[in-house]
Amino acid sequence: MPDSNWTPRIVAFFCNWCTYTAADLAGVSRMKYAPSVRIIRLMCSGRVDPQFILDALAKGADGVLIGGCHPGDCHYVEGNYKMLRRFQMLKRMLEDMGIEQDRVRLEWISAAEGEKVKTVINDMTGKIKKLGPLGIPQKFEEWDRELERFAREVDAKQQAQAESKSEPEAVHA
Amino acid sequence: MIKVTINGREIPTEKGRTILEVAREVGIEIPTLCNHESLPPYAACRFCIVEIHRKGVTRYRASCIFPVEDGMVIQTHSERVLKIRRILAELMLARCPESDVLRDLAYDIGVGRCRFERPRGEKSPCQICRICTVREEMRIGPPGSIPSTFVGVTGCILCGMCVRLCDDVMQIGALAFEGRGMRRRVTTPFRKPSEFCVTCGACSSICPTGAIELMRIRPQESVSIPSEFEYGLAHRKPIHLPFPQAVPRVPIIDKHTCVYFQTGGCKVCEDNCQAQAIDHAMQDRVEEIEVGTIILATGFKGFDPKRVPYYGYGAYPNVYTALEVERLLNAAGPTGGELVLRDKRKPKTVGIIHCVGSRDENTNRYCSRVCCLYSLKLAHLIKEHAAADIYNFYIDMRTPGKGMEEFYNRVAEEGVHLIRGKVADVYPDSAGGANGRLIIQAEDTLMGRILKVPVDMVVLAIGLEPQADAQEIRRRFNISCSSEGFFLERHPKLAPVDTFSDGIYLAGCCQGPKDIPDTVAQAGAAAAEALALMDAGFFELEPNTAFVVEEECSGCKSCIPLCPYTAISFNEEKKRAVINETLCKGCGTCVASCPSGSIVQNLFEDEEIFSEIEGVLTYA
Repeated sequence: MPDSNWTPRIVAFFCNWCTYTAADLAGVSRMKYAPSVRIIRLMCSGRVDPQFILDALAKGADGVLIGGCHPGDCHYVEGNYKMLRRFQMLKRMLEDMGIEQDRVRLEWISAAEGEKVKTVINDMTGKIKKLGPLGIPQKFEEWDRELERFAREVDAKQQAQAESKSEPEAVHA
Repeated sequence: MIKVTINGREIPTEKGRTILEVAREVGIEIPTLCNHESLPPYAACRFCIVEIHRKGVTRYRASCIFPVEDGMVIQTHSERVLKIRRILAELMLARCPESDVLRDLAYDIGVGRCRFERPRGEKSPCQICRICTVREEMRIGPPGSIPSTFVGVTGCILCGMCVRLCDDVMQIGALAFEGRGMRRRVTTPFRKPSEFCVTCGACSSICPTGAIELMRIRPQESVSIPSEFEYGLAHRKPIHLPFPQAVPRVPIIDKHTCVYFQTGGCKVCEDNCQAQAIDHAMQDRVEEIEVGTIILATGFKGFDPKRVPYYGYGAYPNVYTALEVERLLNAAGPTGGELVLRDKRKPKTVGIIHCVGSRDENTNRYCSRVCCLYSLKLAHLIKEHAAADIYNFYIDMRTPGKGMEEFYNRVAEEGVHLIRGKVADVYPDSAGGANGRLIIQAEDTLMGRILKVPVDMVVLAIGLEPQADAQEIRRRFNISCSSEGFFLERHPKLAPVDTFSDGIYLAGCCQGPKDIPDTVAQAGAAAAEALALMDAGFFELEPNTAFVVEEECSGCKSCIPLCPYTAISFNEEKKRAVINETLCKGCGTCVASCPSGSIVQNLFEDEEIFSEIEGVLTYA
């Protein structure tokens, strides 16, 4: 069970024209939403490289939110469609990697939808809270430690073998 | 070149013209009933008769068809001519004693009494002689009592202009003569309602005695064309000025109602236009204009009060929208500024309902901002014009702005009843609406009681809505709309007239409801922004363009179809992709999808974003 004080950390990639402006509007309108999201502004959701998502998860994010303009409304005509394509592929990949579907989310939020920013963030925070921390860095550390242990064990074995081999040598010598 | 003398004036003219034409040209008036620019002269009424002396012979001829000849001496108002005209008038009066036009004409030329009696002894309503009688069967009851009969009888002088116009000019042929001598009439074929009549009204408008009622040609179907500008409170013709302050101030022809576009006939307006400015062959033109900046000022749409059925708009004739009342109170409006109801009564009590389509969960949640003040203005004007009792029902009185609160106080002092409460219902009074009275039911929230106020007139202060095609316009200009559907400014405080598309600015109610001073101020700001951009003559590109690191590009070309601005091309020599940084708008789609990671976006480099990710995740 996750710690009750624990709040998830969500990295959000928002497009400059729609979702980022909507988040700004949510702020100007003094809307309250979970403080779990850290927003990174990009010019277009089409700029979101799948690497960014993987990197964010690897660096300790519990979820990733991507916000773009509604289909047909992209400031750059069709960048959001490009993102949608990548997102569909990435989702399958993440599934294979054992990362739950709810952790990565793509949302179309127009510049006027400050309210939607609030509901999406709150909803996502709630879902991730239920899932608990993803903790990939910790897992990395664990794996590292495991590897180290293996390495040590292997080393120890090799040394032991070497010693057991060297002893008769010593006898012979 | 020939010369004729008319009433002692020598006039040089040309052969082949009629006496009437020549006389009119020099301003000599010859009375006539059956002459019209669109019809060839026919000499049916013979009222235009003149005295002609030539080569020692005196003749009396209808001037509308008689051509001028060299040396003619013409008298248009000699004693003999006047005598003939008087007899003609008497004869016509004998046939049509009820015609005001004929009675006036006869009076003008000095007919004292009509000497020709009709058979049977009924007194004539004629004001001049009171001797004539009218035959029983020639009287026509109120419209509709005789469904199909002679078209023009009471005032018809059988000039035949209507028949000729309908046949030759309009090319419809819904009217014809019937019978001979005393029994000659204008009627529809077989005296049945005409199937061909398009109710253009040309016959009734050309009739010199005003004898034709369209009802008798095509009963129940003659509908006047409602004027769009007057909200149907007045009627217009197919050729009309869209509204009094139209710029350019030229009339337009409504293709859907103009007879020319239905039958290929008419073109009477062309005959009348001296400037020859009317061209029926004109077509709509799409013009392409190259511009550097665009200001969107597409305005608003008035709320359709039929969406609030309990206020009875459209169901009860005495429920009006504020814009309709605005027209009624306008001196140039359909009633000349007099506040009268549809049944011509003057209202004694008027109820004004605020917030129709504003601040309402069921329609629009926002405040339309102008309704309180225009409702107060209407209350003030109605008080002034009709001295009626006025009840304003408001939710909250919102009167911000310079001098506005003072105006509110003034209207209150004038004795307008201001009731704080939302109207729940409008319904006819116990007489079932026969007297047109309506009852407004509302709760006075300050007094805490239910009010039922009987009124003669209900005015709905309708709110402002985005234009119906706002979404289409928004897509075309690649800008956003706020949740209510008004165009979204780039920033509510820092860039209130800019949009998300460079060079496109907003002004007026397309951006949100506002009053005239605010609109003027915003339009000024938008114009200044546009000018500033144009005056510079250049504009600064955002620096966030992308470029290809040549050494790393594999030449896979996968980025090329991704660019919506075709900024990426392929250098065949080097086998590398090249980005034209002037065309690049900096979306970064190509950067994200480059398999070799060889495209870099300024300000949004991959390393920068990775660091950002790391940065935002360092704290808990």
